Amino acid sequence: MSLSSSDVSKIAWLARIAIDDDKKDDYARDLSGILDFVAQMDAVDTLDVEPMAHPMEQTQRLRPDIVSEHDQHSLFQSIAPQVEDGLYLVPKVIE
Amino acid sequence: MHTKTLAELSRDLETRSISSVELTRHFLERIERYNPELNSYVTVTAGQALASAEAADARRARGEATPLTGIPIAQKDIFCTRGVRTSCGSRMLDNFISPYDATVVERLDAAGCVMLGKVNMDEFAMGSSNETSWYGPVRNPWNTQTVPGGSSGGSAAAVAARIAVAATGTDTGGSIRQPAAFCGITGLKPTYGRISRWGMIAFASSLDQAGPMAQSAEDCAMLLQVMAGFDPRDSTSVDLPVPDYTATLGDSLEGLRIGLPEQFFGEGLDADIAARIEEAVNTYRSLGASVEPVSLPNMHLSAPAYYVVAPAECSSNLARFDGVRYGHRCENPKDLSDLYQRSRGEGFGDEVKRRILIGTYALSAGYYDAYYLKAQKIRRLISQDFREAFSRVDVIMGPTAPSVAFGLGAKSQDPIAMYLSDIYTIAVNLAGLPGMSIPVGFSSGLPVGMQLIGNYFSEARLLNIAHRYQQATDWHRQIPSGMNAI
Repeated sequence: MSLSSSDVSKIAWLARIAIDDDKKDDYARDLSGILDFVAQMDAVDTLDVEPMAHPMEQTQRLRPDIVSEHDQHSLFQSIAPQVEDGLYLVPKVIE
Repeated sequence: MHTKTLAELSRDLETRSISSVELTRHFLERIERYNPELNSYVTVTAGQALASAEAADARRARGEATPLTGIPIAQKDIFCTRGVRTSCGSRMLDNFISPYDATVVERLDAAGCVMLGKVNMDEFAMGSSNETSWYGPVRNPWNTQTVPGGSSGGSAAAVAARIAVAATGTDTGGSIRQPAAFCGITGLKPTYGRISRWGMIAFASSLDQAGPMAQSAEDCAMLLQVMAGFDPRDSTSVDLPVPDYTATLGDSLEGLRIGLPEQFFGEGLDADIAARIEEAVNTYRSLGASVEPVSLPNMHLSAPAYYVVAPAECSSNLARFDGVRYGHRCENPKDLSDLYQRSRGEGFGDEVKRRILIGTYALSAGYYDAYYLKAQKIRRLISQDFREAFSRVDVIMGPTAPSVAFGLGAKSQDPIAMYLSDIYTIAVNLAGLPGMSIPVGFSSGLPVGMQLIGNYFSEARLLNIAHRYQQATDWHRQIPSGMNAI
């Protein structure tokens, strides 16, 4: 499996990660190498194998529907990059 | 003091032949002396450590001490520590002061452990050499031109250099066992779910598991005793009673059935390491164990399956780092999209980006079945291989890593070569089984580790098997030269 630098741009957009243009070829090479490596899986017939998502085969536990957390928003926002009136600030989304 | 094991220091504290303040001061002095060379600690919490030590001594005077009260340890910087920077080895979290404690930290604190500081690691635990850290590589105390392994490289180096009595680690594909092997210490990755993952920064949630790293199996047993247990805040925490891990350490190994998988001794294994493993297996024979071959026929597919499952889960977990709520934010974002992209582009290093991109690709429309679903099916096959093997033997033994510690920079430009240094450890995480690494000798002056793999929740038996070997040998008591000036 060989990825081009434009594939890298597309994947990087999906992941919302800026990659410098002059590094895209390196990423294309390294990612293609990893995909070739994982392609070893294709040699095995797994048609009738049940996928394993979790080592313990657990289902998610349910807890009683009662409040278990108290309000800590000022503590959590004390480490935020930009906050005003208890709100996280980001660049303008709607013109 | 620093040459003693945690278990020995615990007894010294109990008999009052030392105080926690004395012990903590000694380790802080050693950190000051040796850490600049090793780069193991990224944060030293000296003031907090001395206050905890005083509190530990007072607690002991009141007769309320536990076996760990007053023992100075290091926390891997993946565990959230309230009021103390928790960087996860990343620029992304260089400014992150955690507002809460991880369960592991909370439990060790409650037992009276003294935290000396936070130790270095591969960025977001992605790496096998500790070279992907934003804070630079850690050096192996046995030879400072070599890597300590990773991702818990800072933990392993700190214990090996005796600048911490013990340390915490995490293991997603070998990150406790491989650095334990490279640094000549004892490390245990418990069964998936045995220790709470709450407050442990997530990499691949179906594989991540915390564990102790220390001088001996006995030390690991004492730490696991406190770290293990059900935690309702971790939805995959297993609700099973915690056995007394120290009570069975001395049990006889008479009749123990050891399985040696042929796949662990094939091409790619260093001949010297194979010889050390054989010697260790012979020691077990003399302790009453029998040895038979077993087969793990899908073993060679574990690294390929892992490098789909782990990146897929990482791409999802690391989506939370957005430059909005905490962590790194780029300068002057022109719009929201630019804010996300540049904050993440600047905050993450190359290996983390590679894994997020691979995971994003593997989970993208049209590729899910070919990659993620396929890898989950392979995961099933690997887990069945172990099940079959454990119907015949009690423990599987083999090398922890195919080589001893390699040189700094030797593999950092070649992702696949780096991935292959975890070739013997990855399968254990895919299956969710417990595994250990114990020191079994040296090759070219560098430690060799042997891996012990047990069935689900057999930690007590694994610790017993490791402890009996350590009673018959002294590899775990070796200390790197040049670390004994004070």
